[in-house]
Amino acid sequence: MTQPILTISNLEFSYEPDQKNVLNAVSFEIQPGTITAILGPNGAGKTTLIHLMLGLRKPHTGNILLKDKSISHYSRKELSQWVGLVPQSEYVPFEYSVLEYVLLGRAPYLGPLDLPSQSDIEIARQALIQVGIELLEKRPIPELSGGELQLVLIARALAQQPKVLLLDEPTSHLDLSNRNITLQILNQLRSNGVTILFTTHDPEAASLVADNLVLMRQGKVMHTGSLETTFTSQKLSQTYGTHIDVIRVDGLPVVRSLEKLQ
Amino acid sequence: MKKNLWQSPIVLIMIPLLVFLFSMVMGRYPKPIFMPLDVLLNDELAQRLVFSLRMPRLLSALCLGMSLSAAGGVMQMLFRNPLIEPGFLGVTQGAGFGAALSIIFLGSSPLLVETSATIFAVLGLLFSYFIARRIRFGGWVLRLILAGIAVSAFFSAGLGILKYLADPTSQLPEITFWLLGGLWSVTWRDLFYILPVVIIGLVIIYLMRWRLNLLALGDETATSLGVSVKRERTLLLGVSVAITAVVVSVAGIVGWIGLIIPHIARRLVGANSANFLPVSIAIGGAFAILCDDIARTLSAGEIPLGIITSLLGAVIFLILMISPGVRLQR
Repeated sequence: MTQPILTISNLEFSYEPDQKNVLNAVSFEIQPGTITAILGPNGAGKTTLIHLMLGLRKPHTGNILLKDKSISHYSRKELSQWVGLVPQSEYVPFEYSVLEYVLLGRAPYLGPLDLPSQSDIEIARQALIQVGIELLEKRPIPELSGGELQLVLIARALAQQPKVLLLDEPTSHLDLSNRNITLQILNQLRSNGVTILFTTHDPEAASLVADNLVLMRQGKVMHTGSLETTFTSQKLSQTYGTHIDVIRVDGLPVVRSLEKLQ
Repeated sequence: MKKNLWQSPIVLIMIPLLVFLFSMVMGRYPKPIFMPLDVLLNDELAQRLVFSLRMPRLLSALCLGMSLSAAGGVMQMLFRNPLIEPGFLGVTQGAGFGAALSIIFLGSSPLLVETSATIFAVLGLLFSYFIARRIRFGGWVLRLILAGIAVSAFFSAGLGILKYLADPTSQLPEITFWLLGGLWSVTWRDLFYILPVVIIGLVIIYLMRWRLNLLALGDETATSLGVSVKRERTLLLGVSVAITAVVVSVAGIVGWIGLIIPHIARRLVGANSANFLPVSIAIGGAFAILCDDIARTLSAGEIPLGIITSLLGAVIFLILMISPGVRLQR
């Protein structure tokens, strides 16, 4: 095994000092060039974990190593050149064009007084091509559909040229076709060597692309490991607290949850 | 990226400059509206008038317009809300209260009134800021807006009390006139009082004009893009309030410029602050000079500037809202 690109050890976190922990003894490792899905029900602490990995909040105890250095030892700018974020949703109050918006992803490479250069514009255009929306370049953001906006957010993170890409619920509000486009892009990014980590509450989205799973429930890691060993009826049922069957259709695992409703 | 005429620096410098030069010969001496060029060249009184009255006044109007429209543009981005005005964080009402306080208790010398207005404008912001920090719910933006509303109401109540206490024959008209805004009393001294703050503030805003886009993204994303959100937001907010406070302290309450001009600028060049802020500053300066031209030439008496900017501003605002192809909000 190569050296992990992210090592998360023993994270504890709560939003208020006297409240119960949102994250409890969370530990796992991420290998470079893999796709990991953090899978679990709503409220499992997935988004909080992402915020901690971005340095937005600090864990009470525990550590997050990026390569061999704690993320708290990276400057904001340095960290943003390493780790990109695709947020769950984004409210855009002004009418940016798609290209202007994606260009904001170049910020980690620009000083506070710099304007983006021609080469930054080129990189932003490449990012648009990578997610297949180069024709939308001039469209105002508020006119985009939900699926298109999702692709714009991914393109902006790609303009950042990160080595690690974090996506918070990238597929949760997409229809099936847009979900598959998004997952296909993740697949393609992995083959370019980007390490990908995404949260989801949808086991199917995870099973389609992930190499590894981190199953979380109520702030704790229930199971981690490869897709084959962790995507099982027993482990998923335990994580979601409801009975889940994993069946195979054409060799692919599919979940079915048919508990009788009261 | 599309370039248009409004992105050319020459155009942006020429607009306020031409309006400025044109306004130099506008006034009511020797007769209303225009001063013939030969009078300007030969009449010594005309030259003195242009140099010691019109020049500082026009330059102050320029500073006023540029500052309010820059600060308005910045604050609309920082608060992610296109309907924000630069004075809303208790700044405008604070300045009004400070001016009235000085007129009643300290005397109405311009320096005293200006200093007192500036101090209370800044106090308005500080109150809003610290109250916002103590509010226990909502995001940062919502908390600041709520605190700003409360502080503004507090100062306007205080202003009401002061007006009630004021001597109705001498002090009350002075307070009322100050609140309506105007530049009739501006001298070179007033200009030098506001100029350092205005220049430093505008330069900082201009230099950070692209960066500002990132602060409009929301904390999570901005941080992930390497922005030290708290520090940069505090800097730009502080700068915007400072330039607003100093120009308001000299000009009184001049509304609508800071709200309308950034909208017009965005309509001309799009939402990217690197493009719209310079346009906003340029046309804001020109708009304020033109409004002041109307204020000082239309009638033999002075029309308060705040009335003209509100009137024109409201008309332009409505045209903007009604005309097709404009979406202020989704």
